Amino acid sequence: MKGILAIYRREMSSYFVSPIAYIVIGFFLVITGYFFSNILSILIERSFMAQMQAQQMGAPPEMDVPSLVIRNFTGVIATLLLFLMPMLTMGSYAEERKRGTMEMLMTSPLTELQIVVGKFLALLSLFVLMLAPTLIYHLFMSFYSEPAMPWRIVWTGYLGIFLLGAVLLALGSFISSLTESQIVAGVITFVVFLLLWVLDLSVRSATSTTGEIFKYLSILQHYDTFAQGVIDTTSVVFYVSAVVLGLYLTHRTLESMRWRRA
Amino acid sequence: MIEVDHLIKSYGQARAVNDISFKVEKGEILGFLGPNGAGKTTTMRILTGYLPATAGTARIAGYDVFEQSMEVRKRIGYLPETPPLYPEMTVEAYLTFVARIKGVTASDISGRVEESMRLTNLTDRRKELIKRLSRGYKQRVGIAQAIVHNPDVVILDEPTVGLDPNQIKEVRNLIKGLSGEHTIILSTHILPEVEMTCDRVVIINKGRIAAIDTTDNLTRQLKGGERVQIQVRGDIATLRSKLEEVEGLIRIDLEPQEGSDLVTGSIESEEGKDLRARIASTVVHGGLDLLEIRAVGLSLEDIFMQLTTEEKAA
Repeated sequence: MKGILAIYRREMSSYFVSPIAYIVIGFFLVITGYFFSNILSILIERSFMAQMQAQQMGAPPEMDVPSLVIRNFTGVIATLLLFLMPMLTMGSYAEERKRGTMEMLMTSPLTELQIVVGKFLALLSLFVLMLAPTLIYHLFMSFYSEPAMPWRIVWTGYLGIFLLGAVLLALGSFISSLTESQIVAGVITFVVFLLLWVLDLSVRSATSTTGEIFKYLSILQHYDTFAQGVIDTTSVVFYVSAVVLGLYLTHRTLESMRWRRA
Repeated sequence: MIEVDHLIKSYGQARAVNDISFKVEKGEILGFLGPNGAGKTTTMRILTGYLPATAGTARIAGYDVFEQSMEVRKRIGYLPETPPLYPEMTVEAYLTFVARIKGVTASDISGRVEESMRLTNLTDRRKELIKRLSRGYKQRVGIAQAIVHNPDVVILDEPTVGLDPNQIKEVRNLIKGLSGEHTIILSTHILPEVEMTCDRVVIINKGRIAAIDTTDNLTRQLKGGERVQIQVRGDIATLRSKLEEVEGLIRIDLEPQEGSDLVTGSIESEEGKDLRARIASTVVHGGLDLLEIRAVGLSLEDIFMQLTTEEKAA
């Protein structure tokens, strides 16, 4: 536990002395802020139109703006993460390997598991720090919301994003552990995430059996149910297993460095 | 303190370390001498628990480096060839981190960090970022890192490489100062370094131990083998055939000097035999002019060259 904490503390302090964390978080908040206001104004406009139509046609105005905002907004965040997460994970192990500090960590009385868990928890905390400020947008919306804001959907939506982010971080740090160059790690991670995204787009409407399998394996697919206010056990299990798999592979890579390196 | 027993490390077909055995007593400084690629770093990495050996065993403070790796790692400090530094950290923050991962108890950490900075003369640079330090200072931080948890054994891989002469001197003094309390293994390919800092030397070449002895002994023993420098005027072939008749000579290297009929030669004789008189009379009786003859001792440099270039000579 002490070992994990030592690694965790060093990682956290190192994020905030390099500009990369500030750039990624700043960029993330600007883009999400823009999309939030954009989505909100579009939906408000549409709901006015619907209301006007309703008055003319006599049909009841059925439009839950806050829920729609949250659903669309979390979708934006999920897509954005695919592009930004590689920047957070690319240096995680590659940089240590290049500097030779990995050799120091591995000749210290630390287990590989402590290193992997410490680093992962630090990345996860950084991700939460990046995500948390966006909750303010919802807080503002709740002041003006009529009917009252469905906070439940906000929480489940964010839980989904958190789990999705955790999977991406685990996968990204695994890729980072494979190379000594953080640029290579970053590019490969980005390409892999892009493939996940394309895969998701192409299987959304799939009906065949293979399509269904890919649909199950698509990490973005699983997050949809959360955005609808449902905590789906299958999806939670899927995400948690994916995280464990990512960490396990990283662990194996570190172990194998002992056997491979000349 | 350190026992290495028939250690072997293979990479595929190649053997980086081939059947190495040696012992180091507590408080001793052992020099690991060899040309680049001789297997020094590999041996050190096995001792630190970074690499597993293919065969053989190594024990540090009674613990097997493979079976009881965690116990061993608590007891060793290791400075790899490039100091493992985080450039964005301050000296003090870095050493505190290392102390933590080496398992120093929380209450001892600040004291140990203080002590390691004092020993390496880093106290007034404690708040500086490591990336702003000069090469010599970085090396000191690397050494501080290796001793911050007060380990029994300190392993230093080429600790003076890339430093200027003043810095080298400082680092050597620092290492000498650490002995007694710590058992030290250091590797180098610089000979004077071994002569100056180490109690004992292991000369390693192509993964094998070429020689192992105290620095004094090794020098004395091989200096015991006499070497004679001569300069002669005359025919080189005649000189050679005459000299080959003399008993007790191990090696005769003759070289004609360009633009004259002078020949210079370096002749080695068996240990403890002074054959200068015999050589002189042989040359003179052979009808050649002996211009110069003098005895020269072998330096550690020659010993090293001899031991590591045997194949070429044969």
